Amino acid sequence: MDRPFEAEAHDFRAAAVAPILQPGPMFWPLALFLSLVVLAGAAAMFQQLVFGLGVTGLNNRVSWGFYISDMVFFIGLSYGGAVTSAILRLTNAPWRAPMVRIAEATALVTLLIGSLFPIIDLGRPDRMLNLLLHGQVGSPVLWDVVAVNTYMVATVIFLFLPLIPDMAFCRDHLGPAAGRVRRLLYDRLSLGWRGSPGEKNILERNMTVVAVVIIPLAVSVHSVLAWLFGMTVRPGWNSTMYAPYFVVGALFSGVAAVIVILAAFRKAYRLEAFITEQHFKYLANMLLALGMVYAYFLFAEVLTEGYKMEGMSLSEGSGPLLEEMLLGRYALLFWGFVAGGLAIPIALTSLPLTRHVPGIVTAATLVVVAMWLKRFLIVVPSMATPMMPVDWGAYWPSRVEIAITLAAAAAVPLLLMFFFRFFPIISIYEMEEIAEHEEPEAVPEPAGVAAW
Amino acid sequence: MAVSRRDLLKGLGGLAGLLFAGAVGVSRFPLTVTRGQTSRKKADRQWGMVVDLRRCDGCKECTGACQVTHYLSNDQEWIKVYEVETENGGTVFMPRLCMHCEEAPCLKVCPTAATFKNDQGLILIDQDICIGCRICMAACPYEARYFNWWDPPKPPGVFDNPMPEFPVPQQRGTVGKCVLCVHYTNKGRLPACVDACRMDAIYIADLTTGVMTNRSGETYQLRQYLQENDAFRYKEELNTSPRVWYVTGHGQSLDRKSQG
Repeated sequence: MDRPFEAEAHDFRAAAVAPILQPGPMFWPLALFLSLVVLAGAAAMFQQLVFGLGVTGLNNRVSWGFYISDMVFFIGLSYGGAVTSAILRLTNAPWRAPMVRIAEATALVTLLIGSLFPIIDLGRPDRMLNLLLHGQVGSPVLWDVVAVNTYMVATVIFLFLPLIPDMAFCRDHLGPAAGRVRRLLYDRLSLGWRGSPGEKNILERNMTVVAVVIIPLAVSVHSVLAWLFGMTVRPGWNSTMYAPYFVVGALFSGVAAVIVILAAFRKAYRLEAFITEQHFKYLANMLLALGMVYAYFLFAEVLTEGYKMEGMSLSEGSGPLLEEMLLGRYALLFWGFVAGGLAIPIALTSLPLTRHVPGIVTAATLVVVAMWLKRFLIVVPSMATPMMPVDWGAYWPSRVEIAITLAAAAAVPLLLMFFFRFFPIISIYEMEEIAEHEEPEAVPEPAGVAAW
Repeated sequence: MAVSRRDLLKGLGGLAGLLFAGAVGVSRFPLTVTRGQTSRKKADRQWGMVVDLRRCDGCKECTGACQVTHYLSNDQEWIKVYEVETENGGTVFMPRLCMHCEEAPCLKVCPTAATFKNDQGLILIDQDICIGCRICMAACPYEARYFNWWDPPKPPGVFDNPMPEFPVPQQRGTVGKCVLCVHYTNKGRLPACVDACRMDAIYIADLTTGVMTNRSGETYQLRQYLQENDAFRYKEELNTSPRVWYVTGHGQSLDRKSQG
């Protein structure tokens, strides 16, 4: 069939492909603005390549700063896709259907951007291949390379598999309005999908396999990132619980990121009929649960260190660091994180008064920002802590580091915006499958638009 | 196009075998990396240092001499003199160089084996391989490593053949640190800091012969000297097994845990 797709306004298929056909009035101005931010970051990166890492605020005392914080942060955001898509698939939660495409795309985009930061941080990125040619299996950096790349492959496959029938749908129904490039894309990426029961069977089984595999992979990635710090003896980092701590933190920030991005695209493309307030409430439950687990980890860490207050005299143990974190030079940032990243979001998502879309999205936004701050508090104070009889080190990010960080933050929405100009924003295949096999409420009736 | 289960399993098994072979091939070194490049006879010396803190007066000639010898920029103090306040209100000076640990944390975490241990037990850095990830700097408990944030100063003349034993000029984007002047000791000369210390506070020690000496020729038997003077190693409880011993005498603890 080669005619343009015609359907009722409330059908999810129409909504899923609408951004492909018509981007909306704010698309190009926003894309231009975000592109300029990205370009500024690229210029800063160029400056760094020409002159060296001296253009950053890093120094011999604090030799890891913004870039490493950004690495942990952005890779952590990608866990939203793992949770909402993989775990909800394995637990047969039908309400995931309208969200999974956005969640999986967010996971891939944030992972791609996050995995650039270790390279940006390298003193000699031109020697990256040495990791393969001279790789040492005992090094956490090498574990990081292996884990992140394996997880990336799994994320791509996880996004791509349910995309195949959607590509077939676009191939069959979008017609000339989509343009030549897109039609070629749909033709190739649909891999000859015809929608037969045999094909669907294979697809379903493979998606289940990837959903199962991606969970230990995700756990491994942030565990390995944690061990970049945890395998050293620095105060604050020298903790045996760092790996699960980081994994929970990633899940927490990942779910928050999914909520924020979901809300943004829901508003921009008027998907309120399909992504309803109930979706946000379910996601808020997950955010609340993860937030409480993260708060528990934080409490356990502070209590254990505080009870022993090791090394109050000369730079050993975490005593001085804990004191500066809770009462001293980092207290403002630390308690800011506790309030804005834990206390307020937990309140907003649990109190009936604020458990609506604006309240939940506010909570999620606070969490995303606060979890960046927490990653900064993980990296920099432990590096500034004296390990020898000296004063505390100091670190202020330079314009280069700020520009690159902002560029990464801008690249996430930019890439997603362009992604949904080619691929359906709602997974048509999964909506149909879940409607067929599970409860009908998964595909909501177009009974009025939920207010934002 | 249907793939049978047998074919899939065979394919996965082949892939797993390939990945395993790749992993084995990639890691050509064991966890502790050793490379013998320096001496003609294998392991005829095992170098260490002894610093007599009773004598150090904080003049920092050692720092200067090292910087001159290796053409270092001012922010790189491969031997750095710390001022430590004692409990009774005095000041003690403590020169810190790379401890050349027997269980070096920097060695364990380096992803490319740019940091390696030579056959004299010294930790050296191959700046041709270093990718500048700086996890070694995060791992070192003694803050002994320095990064080349900018282009390093160029030595005058035509000398441009840096090697791990004499990393001059250094390379931008890589890590540098004290090499215990192995380029001198291989030729029978004292390290720059030992030679520059006008208080005769820094001794070089050879663990194989058990002898230590300073620039004035004061020579002792290492084990006996260490025992008699109640020498200790800094942050020993971190299990790094450093090769630098300190002798105190002002009654300060310098954070030593249980001493006799």
